[in-house]
Amino acid sequence: MAVTEVRISIHTTGLDPKDIAEKIKGQFPDQVIEVAEFRDQVSVIIKRDQVVAVLKYLHDDPVLSFDHLQDLTAVDYKGKKDIRFEVVYNLYSIRYRHHIRIRAQVPENDTKINSVVPVWVGADWHERECFDMFGIEFTGHPDLRRILMPEDWEGYPLRKDYPLKGPELDKDWPSFTDVLKRSKELREFDWEG
Amino acid sequence: MIQKEAEKIFETRELNVNMGPQHPATHGVLRLVLDIDGETIVKVTPYVGYLHRGIEKLGESLSYFQALPLTDRMDYVSAMSNNIGYVVAVEKLFGIEAPERAKFIRTIVGEMSRISNHLLWLATHALDIGAMTVFLYCFREREWLLDLFEMICGARLTVTYPRVGGVRNDVPQEFLESLWKFTDEFPSRILEYETLIDQNRIWLQRTVGIGVISAEEAVNMGMTGPTLRGSGVPYDIRKHKPYDAYDKVDFDVPIGTTGDTYDRYRCRMLELRQSNNIIRQLIEKLPPGPVMADEPKFTLQPKDKMMPITHPTKELAYFILEKACKGCGMCLRACPAKAITGEKKSPHKINQALCVNCATCLVTCKFKSVTVVPGGKGLSDEKLAELAVAPDQLPEDIKEAQQLLVKQFEFIKKGPKVPEGELYVATEVPKGELGFYFVSDGSGKPFRMRLRAPSFIHAGCLPRLCIGHLVADVIAAIGTIDIVLGECDR
Repeated sequence: MAVTEVRISIHTTGLDPKDIAEKIKGQFPDQVIEVAEFRDQVSVIIKRDQVVAVLKYLHDDPVLSFDHLQDLTAVDYKGKKDIRFEVVYNLYSIRYRHHIRIRAQVPENDTKINSVVPVWVGADWHERECFDMFGIEFTGHPDLRRILMPEDWEGYPLRKDYPLKGPELDKDWPSFTDVLKRSKELREFDWEG
Repeated sequence: MIQKEAEKIFETRELNVNMGPQHPATHGVLRLVLDIDGETIVKVTPYVGYLHRGIEKLGESLSYFQALPLTDRMDYVSAMSNNIGYVVAVEKLFGIEAPERAKFIRTIVGEMSRISNHLLWLATHALDIGAMTVFLYCFREREWLLDLFEMICGARLTVTYPRVGGVRNDVPQEFLESLWKFTDEFPSRILEYETLIDQNRIWLQRTVGIGVISAEEAVNMGMTGPTLRGSGVPYDIRKHKPYDAYDKVDFDVPIGTTGDTYDRYRCRMLELRQSNNIIRQLIEKLPPGPVMADEPKFTLQPKDKMMPITHPTKELAYFILEKACKGCGMCLRACPAKAITGEKKSPHKINQALCVNCATCLVTCKFKSVTVVPGGKGLSDEKLAELAVAPDQLPEDIKEAQQLLVKQFEFIKKGPKVPEGELYVATEVPKGELGFYFVSDGSGKPFRMRLRAPSFIHAGCLPRLCIGHLVADVIAAIGTIDIVLGECDR
């Protein structure tokens, strides 16, 4: 019940992201496919088989200590890359202040990847959203359901082959007609008795 | 004996209570299904998505300039901070930098938005717990800030004031004077709120020891902002990765110790003072200069060069030349004011009473049939037909302005040429860490636009905060994580 004001330095920076990428390469030489750099940010593209092992190493290693999962999302590279999906993990170390991005490739015919909820509890809703929007199944997730879209929605909205505009709402989402019908019924219901 | 039989008949079981989506204390359309044993919470299942508008999908279909107003609609309580987050991310993607003055102005308005957000948070949090007076006091100060926003951009909530490469316009002197007066008075106002609730016994009972979360767990759950700092983790992006002018000001970051609702409340109260302090420093140091980066390839040109906003002959009238019009209907469909009428394959007409001088018809017409008549506003159609000349016979300055306008129109629609790549940029909004993840494929539209919304993560932490407490504490827990469902559902 005591709040203090602390002075945080703005000049400390952590490890160079390229060094981190080298470390991952050294630890998992057969997993790393490519290292890409853009505007001082480094992404490491890996295979999906050992994604949890790689991320757990990054989380637990005392020098790296990536304790904060900033973001987890997916990208649909339909027509741009051979392997269609990539699950993207943005990691940050609050203690040492460095950042790295891990991208795990997921092919179209088998959209499955291991869940990282055992490493970061906060990944729970991120993975549910990813499943909702891209249809990527996270094996080992405690409660994989749709989160933003209605439970009986068909299709995965953020995929590139999903249209931006639908024809009509009642054709897009069958339950919508049910909702309308139900509200009409309730309106006719005599609440006064 | 009797007791045993009674147990057989009346078995105890948990009760399911549905809270929301239309519940005044859930701050929007959040639905919680509570499993309660007596009055103790056993399980909480949040349901979100009632406000899902597909901003990420929409963003992929719009150019980088067009997607900016979408970000206001996420966290409508602190729209300015969202805009700044977007603009900072896009600037980094383009590889441009805003001029010094624009950075300072953005930091000022960002901190104002932080204050106004925390005031709304305090008002509703206190109202939920049962303190009515604080609500009215907070809204008094918030009103002042919203008036100031109105002074610089004309809008109170959905501002869209920052632009890629700077800000929309410079701030007027009266704005700075009024804001300075605000910062003079505000510390005493904070004291007023604190007198009401800081040591209030009811407030203490409702907040101390409620929703305790340890530092390690909070980090692991992905909490950010004051919600995380209440647990004692000094993570503030303004310090960790300073953007805009945060590296030029001096401020402290308040952190709590126990990580309960009261600590998070104290953190936000101290943050109000720090924000006030930051604004004062920035106003004192505000440098002169331009407010828009000189990068014609990546930023929008100032509007005053273009028709029809501040052209010397303001009273322009748009007119369709009967001879040139083929009746294709392009302008008819494009007109936002629905001022154009006409049958297919016969000349169209502009209804001058409805025309808003937006120049959309001029840009869309492929046959150069739309022209402008300087000083023609308010004249009858016959008179306009007399005065109208073909577009290529117009005076040079109008022609030049016209070309600029057409260029701008296409530039906004297509977007600039962006280098290929991907990046994640996070900024500190009042609610936590707002991250933008862009994947660019070299065109003017983002290939993938991802928004990392703090409210989404915090709503996911609700079960952890509520379990083991009483039903009434759910209200305190929703208040303390400070969520806005517009941002949560996107």
